[in-house]
Amino acid sequence: MSLNYTEFHPRWYRPRMPVFWWVGRRSYFIFVLRELSSVFVAWSVVFLLLLISAIGQGSKQYQQFLHLSSNPWMLALNVITLVFLAFHAITWFNLAPQAMVIRLRGRRVPPSRVAGAHFAGWALLSALVAWLILG
Amino acid sequence: MAAEAGFAHDVLVVGAGGAGLRAAIAAAEADARLNVAVVSKVYPMRSHTVSAEGGAAGVIRSGDSFEEHAHDTVSGGDWLCDQAAVEAFVDEAPKELLRLEHWGCPWSREPDGRVAVRPFGGMRQLRTWFAADKTGFHMLHTLFQTSLRYESITRYDEWFVTKLLVDDGRVRGVVAIELMSGRIATIVAKAVILCTGGCGRVYPFTTNASIKTGDGMALAYQAGAPLKDMEFVQYHPTGLPFTGILITEAARAEGGWLLNKDGYRYLQDYALGKPEPTPVLRSMELGPRDRLSQAFVKEVEKGRAIDGPYGPVVHLDLRHLGDKVIEAKLPFVRELCLAYEGIDPARQLIPVRPVVHYMMGGVHTDIHGATPLAGLYAAGETACVSINGANRLGSNSLPECLVFGARAGRAAARYAVSAASSEKLAPIGALATDERRRLDDLLHREGGRESISAIRTEMHRTIEEGAGIYRSADSLAKAGDKLRELRERYERVRIEDHSRTFNTAFIATLELSSMLDVAETIVRCAQLREESRGAHQRTDFPDRDDKRFLANSLIYRSADRGARVEYLPVTITRWPPAERVYGR
Amino acid sequence: MTEHIVLQVARYRPERELEPTQQEYEIPLRAEWAVLDGLNHIKDHLDATLSYRWSCRMGICGSCGMTVNGEPRLTCGTFLTDYSPGPIRIEPLHHFPVIRDLVVEIGDFMRKLPEVKPWLIRDEDSVMQPKAELLQTPAELDEFRQYSMCINCMLCYSACPVVGLEEDFLGPAIIALAQRYNLDSRDEGAQARMDVLSSAEGVWGCTFVGECTTACPKGVDPAGAIQRYKLTAAAESLRSFLLPWRSA
Repeated sequence: MSLNYTEFHPRWYRPRMPVFWWVGRRSYFIFVLRELSSVFVAWSVVFLLLLISAIGQGSKQYQQFLHLSSNPWMLALNVITLVFLAFHAITWFNLAPQAMVIRLRGRRVPPSRVAGAHFAGWALLSALVAWLILG
Repeated sequence: MAAEAGFAHDVLVVGAGGAGLRAAIAAAEADARLNVAVVSKVYPMRSHTVSAEGGAAGVIRSGDSFEEHAHDTVSGGDWLCDQAAVEAFVDEAPKELLRLEHWGCPWSREPDGRVAVRPFGGMRQLRTWFAADKTGFHMLHTLFQTSLRYESITRYDEWFVTKLLVDDGRVRGVVAIELMSGRIATIVAKAVILCTGGCGRVYPFTTNASIKTGDGMALAYQAGAPLKDMEFVQYHPTGLPFTGILITEAARAEGGWLLNKDGYRYLQDYALGKPEPTPVLRSMELGPRDRLSQAFVKEVEKGRAIDGPYGPVVHLDLRHLGDKVIEAKLPFVRELCLAYEGIDPARQLIPVRPVVHYMMGGVHTDIHGATPLAGLYAAGETACVSINGANRLGSNSLPECLVFGARAGRAAARYAVSAASSEKLAPIGALATDERRRLDDLLHREGGRESISAIRTEMHRTIEEGAGIYRSADSLAKAGDKLRELRERYERVRIEDHSRTFNTAFIATLELSSMLDVAETIVRCAQLREESRGAHQRTDFPDRDDKRFLANSLIYRSADRGARVEYLPVTITRWPPAERVYGR
Repeated sequence: MTEHIVLQVARYRPERELEPTQQEYEIPLRAEWAVLDGLNHIKDHLDATLSYRWSCRMGICGSCGMTVNGEPRLTCGTFLTDYSPGPIRIEPLHHFPVIRDLVVEIGDFMRKLPEVKPWLIRDEDSVMQPKAELLQTPAELDEFRQYSMCINCMLCYSACPVVGLEEDFLGPAIIALAQRYNLDSRDEGAQARMDVLSSAEGVWGCTFVGECTTACPKGVDPAGAIQRYKLTAAAESLRSFLLPWRSA
């Protein structure tokens, strides 16, 4: 037979995972976006380091840096980066309770509290930074 | 057709549920040099042990005693139990349960860390160990995971055994089909232990899974070993109406009530005691299963049951237990009611009816799990030692799997060590050839008249009408005739799937043959037992007759598919037959 | 006039075809029927050649997992009326080789399972003749109870993309089972399981997609089990780095 079937030796069908396996399903798509957001997290770190380096090198470098940053492409990139940073933080804070099971006085701390604590910490730190910079 | 390569082992266990896995571990522990194998038609985690809910009985509380557990079991079994076996059983049960605990079984606990026990039907003391309401699940998974440590145990997953090979009065091995490929192989073994479970699927309404088709019982029967007490079929009083899904006895142990259509706790009318607000041991809803199922039939006859879309039901009331107790002790019951009836037991009444649940009868064995056939052993629901007699008490069957699984494993190991090596015996290939040819011929058969599902449906109708909770000479005679007719029609059944690869229709055809064999033995033994005892109730012989029938029935296959029945007097050691008293 | 619903069922008969095909069946739409009841109706009355696994039909044996309208479900606990008017697409579980029709090969899972030593490890001579139970409080039981609920139905493997992409990944259920033992107060085997779990095929193969937990019909939360172990493994690495003289 041309089917490669020998009696008592059935060929198992092994479906291939498509290259775009992550496109068809909402949960997979969001997962891939989340993973992608780490690229933008890396970029924001690099940007921050460039900023610090520019400050460290003096007023002229700093002005050059500001000029570069106000370029429309750079602005667009940084806006997108900000969105992805927020996305990154929110998704990971929401997932944190699954990884951190904390017991206080014999009972498990509810997942919402663990996530809530992360958001609260974020808000607190952001307020602190805002106060330092703007205040 | 080319002969398949053979496989050879010292001890071969057929069935990988509670009894089978325990037997394999016991054989491996008995002698590490032994080559032990387990063959099962499903993966071990799928075995029906997994669905047991309520618990496993074992004496551990200080106010309890082996004597009381034994007496509860013997009286629960309406004095048909082998008392020597029961005494051994109650002694070993707590040891086995402790062993399982040391293997990791997550028994539910008291606040101080000791194993917790709950009350259960027919038991005078609290002695039922439990793992929430998924005891069988946890026991099975603990046994399976523990069995993975033993390198001397080989597993044949999804292989279906079709025949026991017997030569010169001793078992030599089996013929089995590998489901995946369809190949037929001969597995040589010095000792074979049957742990294939019961046969609830012979009946139309059952708690049992699809795999409970009595294959091991049929294998033993066809090989010439007798089946014992086949007329004793247990109906569990509380199964869901359409699916037959089990609502565990633990629901009643925690305080559930059975109500008829007037909201009345009707069990008080059936010599089961007076209704109290909290459960009283061995009384009312904690009476034995046979009496509760019989009470249901009587209520239906009186017109006091509730008419449901799938026949009459009564109500199980758990509302007064409250959310907390249900969540802690009966979470699985709540899940099942919500999923399959759309009912929240904390707020609504659960419709229930008796459904076939357990087979007291089975392959006749002695106290070590040995059958009269040399090299053949049996344990668990497949076997009948008998420790359950005419009616099994809830929470005795899980420890039974452990105690007798271990005994059979050890006995089989001893036998295998002392048995002659296979070179000295006749070659086994010849024995297997006939069976292989039979299977191939059946698989390739063209034509045929009916589908297996048609025959199966008629078998269901026949046995439920003829050999249900109440039987009569007339109903049984009709059922016997019909089953003989169904057997003839089976010989001309249509094989609808001729393929080799995972052919479940073919396996179902073979399973139907097992079920027809088992059904015939049930009806025949019920016809000859002219008394009422435990789960076997004859409307024409309503009383217990110890003079004639304080004995187990043994049924042997004779030529041309006939059968021969003998009686074996019950072993009485400590408790002479007395009246079964509940509720006082 | 009974209502009907169409089931579009994947078929694969290696003796006749190289690839799966689809076959349509029209079955009665009954309110209390699960998808499994529909399949049984097909097998008993329409087409006996359809092969699939099932057993307990109450969601505890784990046999009947299949892909229903793209989602991994236990067909015994998934009801026809949830999908009416249909049609309902039924396929085998994803990420496993298909043997026949709706039956997949799980041998790979069975081979990987013993690698994490999923049994209670204790240094104990008296296991076969124990005198008393090992004490365990309800709180200690609570620590691992959730992870002991796994019925090995493999829906999590069907849901996990890493299982499909990485052949050697142990997978959610196996790691959750290892955690069940690691967190059991009676167990002393956490060290013995560490190498396998901390490998690339163990927890570090997981990228926390989280679909396993979504698919699990028993609330086991394998994703949580895996992430918790990542913290444990990371802490252990850190500890052995900073305090190498202290063996865990």
